[in-house]
Amino acid sequence: MANIDNLKDICAQVRRDIVRMVHAPQSGHPGGSLGCTEFFVALYFDIMKHNPQNFTMDGKGEDLFFLSNGHISPVWYSVLARSGYFPVSELSTFRMINTRLQGHPTTHEGLPGVRVASGSLGQGLSVALGAAQAKKLNNDNSIVYSLHGDGEIQEGQIWEAAMYAAAKKVDNIISTIDYNGQQIDGSTDHVLPMGDMAAKWVAFGWNVLHMDGNNIEEVIATFNHAKTLTGKGQPIMIIMKTGMGKGVDFMEGSHKWHGIAPNDEQLKAALEQLQSTQADY
Amino acid sequence: MQYTSSGDKDTRSGFGEGLLELGRNNPNVVALCADLTGSLKMDAFEKEFPERFFQIGIAEANMMGIAAGMTIGGKIPFTGTFANFSTGRVYDQIRQSIAYSGKNVKICASHAGLTLGEDGATHQILEDLGMMRMLPGMTVINPCDFNQTKAATIAIAKHNGPVYLRFGRPKVANFTTPNQPFEIGKAITFIEGTDVSIFATGHLVWKALQAAEILKEKGISAEVINIHTIKPLDEEAIVKSVAKTRCVVSAEEHQRNGGLGDAIAQVLAMKMPAPQEFVAVNDSFGESGTPEQLLTKYGLDTADVVAAAERAIARK
Ligand SMILES: Cc1ncc(C[n+]2csc(CCOP(=O)(O)OP(=O)(O)O)c2C)c(N)n1
Ligand SMILES: [Mg+2]
Repeated sequence: MANIDNLKDICAQVRRDIVRMVHAPQSGHPGGSLGCTEFFVALYFDIMKHNPQNFTMDGKGEDLFFLSNGHISPVWYSVLARSGYFPVSELSTFRMINTRLQGHPTTHEGLPGVRVASGSLGQGLSVALGAAQAKKLNNDNSIVYSLHGDGEIQEGQIWEAAMYAAAKKVDNIISTIDYNGQQIDGSTDHVLPMGDMAAKWVAFGWNVLHMDGNNIEEVIATFNHAKTLTGKGQPIMIIMKTGMGKGVDFMEGSHKWHGIAPNDEQLKAALEQLQSTQADY
Repeated sequence: MQYTSSGDKDTRSGFGEGLLELGRNNPNVVALCADLTGSLKMDAFEKEFPERFFQIGIAEANMMGIAAGMTIGGKIPFTGTFANFSTGRVYDQIRQSIAYSGKNVKICASHAGLTLGEDGATHQILEDLGMMRMLPGMTVINPCDFNQTKAATIAIAKHNGPVYLRFGRPKVANFTTPNQPFEIGKAITFIEGTDVSIFATGHLVWKALQAAEILKEKGISAEVINIHTIKPLDEEAIVKSVAKTRCVVSAEEHQRNGGLGDAIAQVLAMKMPAPQEFVAVNDSFGESGTPEQLLTKYGLDTADVVAAAERAIARK
């Protein structure tokens, strides 16, 4: 298992990357990205079996990850770069013309680490399920991971996929919901209250776990527990509590930072709170 | 028609203002939004008419169905989300519950085309005019600036039938007259000319007007016509202009396949064959970048309209 202090250091650096990446083009989504930092660092630096130096679309024998809430691309790109999929220097091209780091993740530009486009919400669970079933057909007992926003799961397609996964016993998938309680127009409770989230997934036939997504020890422990639950005839859903904007005090807890960029002053204030532990790109 | 830019304004704000005015004047107008109230500029309507505003959540298919249902009982629903999620995402819901069923729903779509910018190709729909134009009975409108978008928003409430109203994200020249009358299906001639007819829609109208000035310096007399309504198309205005100029440029922020240019080519093939050049995206997806960078890279800039006009004239 990876050294926890080391993972915490990586988290700090990833958060710096996120605010800097969004600041440069004055465009992008810092809120959800900051909140999901520990999740991504745990997956790519400890939990997943993967091969950053030699990315292949099929990922045979590797664990796969699908980002369904594609707008939090900054955190994913930072973690992909820092775990070795492409040069860290390329983070400076985020959202700029001719970049491989498109506003929302794409395969079209050939960025290593991305296996399907996302951005239009609600589609990623279906794709992840297809990839999980392909693994079974290939006798590949690796695991498929996916992440979804709590606003995103208002999309009906998510529930079509939820029903399918349990009915077809897709038990090699560990999905996670970023349960930050926020979306664009306000809190999820304001926009469309979703009631008892865990009960809904249980009712759809999933094995439901909970974790504090901003506590890296807990994230790792929960993933390790989830892994032991795979192969038992049930898909697994982790309901992950996070704080939108986590780590930058003036961004924390508000839907307002879902999709706007910090200005120069705000960037400075944010970076003062985030230690550079590896070199900035 | 006269035109001078009074400064830059986003067309989506024209929609927001038009919707607010409708709310004040027509108690049957209701508004539905799928978690993009601010982006669609629907917040003023929401604030003033909370009982007639429906926050659907991120569930566009559900929104289209609910809108169709609200027409049964005389409401005039205006749905609001990005153009991609207003069309491709919900095509069958629109086709069956709205178009085929003849429901009086106004599908209002922002952030259309490349000028959405940095969000990239997942959000930059360039196929929406084609998809909507193919649906029997659907009216398809793509206004060119803030003032025209506001006027169109108000006008479509008086039209009984499904409408697709397309507008955009960035601030662009606002050059048509405020409080203009808006007649669905009636083209507007901004510049009269004799050498080439430039038919443009949406953000490309301003580019076409700028191109006409450059062409004029080159001694070329371009006629610039704003086709704000792609369906029903003002065939009479198109044929009349081409009878005079004998060649055509179409300009739109859309795929060449299925868009305004295709619609015009169809009319001309049947009524008045003429050489035509297309300023449109040529069978590719977009990407991240600033609106102006993208218009340049994908061949939708003023210079592209100028070059297309010269090519069209050379083919006469
Ligand atoms: C199908 C679709 N509808 C609408 C949008 C616009 N949109 C992007 S992110 C978002 C809110 C997502 O909320 P959530 O999943 O909770 O993400 P968070 O704000 O927590 O990062 C919306 C409505 C979209 N990208 N796709
Ligand atoms: Mg959320």
